[in-house]
Amino acid sequence: MYTAADLRKGLKITIDNEPYIITHFDFAKPGKGQALYRTKMKNMITGSTLDRTYRSGETFEPASLEDRVMQYLYKEDDHYCFMDNTTFEQIHISEDAMGDAKNYLIDNLQVDVLLFREKAIGVDVPNFVNLRVVQTDPWVKGDTSGSDSKPATVETGYVLRVPPFIEEGELITIDTRTGEYSTRVKG
Amino acid sequence: MPGSWPLARRSQALAQRGAIFTRVRMFFQEKGYLEVETPFRIPAPAPEAQIDAIPSDGWFLQTSPELCMKRLLAAGYPRIFQICRCWRDGERGTRHLSEFTMLEWYRAQADYRVLMDETEEMVRAAAAADSITYRGGKIDLSVPWERISVRDAFLRHTDTTAEAALAAGNFDELMVDKIEPMLGMGRPTFLYDYPASCSALARLKADDPTVAERFELYMGGLEIANAFSELIDPVEQRARFEAEAAERARNDKRGYPMPEKFLAALAEMPEAAGIALGLDRMVMVLLDAQSIDEVVAFTTEEL
Repeated sequence: MYTAADLRKGLKITIDNEPYIITHFDFAKPGKGQALYRTKMKNMITGSTLDRTYRSGETFEPASLEDRVMQYLYKEDDHYCFMDNTTFEQIHISEDAMGDAKNYLIDNLQVDVLLFREKAIGVDVPNFVNLRVVQTDPWVKGDTSGSDSKPATVETGYVLRVPPFIEEGELITIDTRTGEYSTRVKG
Repeated sequence: MPGSWPLARRSQALAQRGAIFTRVRMFFQEKGYLEVETPFRIPAPAPEAQIDAIPSDGWFLQTSPELCMKRLLAAGYPRIFQICRCWRDGERGTRHLSEFTMLEWYRAQADYRVLMDETEEMVRAAAAADSITYRGGKIDLSVPWERISVRDAFLRHTDTTAEAALAAGNFDELMVDKIEPMLGMGRPTFLYDYPASCSALARLKADDPTVAERFELYMGGLEIANAFSELIDPVEQRARFEAEAAERARNDKRGYPMPEKFLAALAEMPEAAGIALGLDRMVMVLLDAQSIDEVVAFTTEEL
């Protein structure tokens, strides 16, 4: 069981017997007033969204999901295909249900496929993934614009801000919980 | 694991933060304020219903330097300020860090209206600009700033009254969802005269004891500071603390020892006004930062 203090982006909880994922979270506290936990969440089955504000002390059941380790195979139209490495069973997940996870999918990546009543409704990717930079402008030495980052496109097509010294072809680590650059992979 | 870039990329924000702190200190020196330091670790924080202190080896990390600073006022220090770390358990979000930096200043022979004027001066000195841009909107810092009572803010921005909201138990929700986002847009706003029940250490208004002489400063919808004309009646203060402690007990929150030395000193405290300003938040607004994380060297999660 979770309490309001556990709420954060990415947490999956049960509301009216259905699984929801928190997509936005913030903590609010009017001066001298009580703590309020403001959330936006998405129904993981229907995709519909909900805005809810909770007080401390309120409790939540975790979403009752099963997870199975599967391997990412390929994308076809607006579906992503995964395979169970033991049973060789393949399943498809829609682009909508993938959420931000689709930004990190490279061939053969191992993910946790989330199942609700035996239907696949999403995936969890590892907290850190390594992806190769396929496009970024070179860093001009002596650049005085004061910019401390620049855009870069990685092999999945995802675009993020990276430090100026990152070059095309380099491998970088991305924190999938924030979607942000974390570090350069040496070697 | 994260490298050093998340830290390195804040270099500009931290340089600006340092410059703001320097201007704040210069402001108070020029106004004849003495910079003081009081202990972070204290035996008895003010027993406020909704503020949770972090225990520290039998004592507590301060949630504010308020009680020690008022003891200094009582001892005859008429103008004092402090920039220090404070801790509030469980407070974390884009505008909250459990460990944050507070600026508090206290002034004898003054009330909350004097402090509103002085806060205008201080923030203008810290900004060193006539206007700023925050979240895509311009905030004009020329004085006087907007002043609106809590009562009027409820009438303007909600379909109920402050009294009815308190009775219905949704005062805080309406404040967060309906009122705060409207405050300090275009120019900073002082929200003043809070219901007496929301003001454990503030003096009640002489001509309307249903409200306390307390204000908060808002810029761009963000709460920056909380201030009041100080309550200096030790008997009334003890009764308020007992009520707050009872509320804590009702909510199964940790109890604190009664701050007896503070209550004893209150009898000697002059008329005064004091203010607590979240410096990280003020820096956020002045730097147009989206999150408090952008204006501090380390967040708790990065340690």
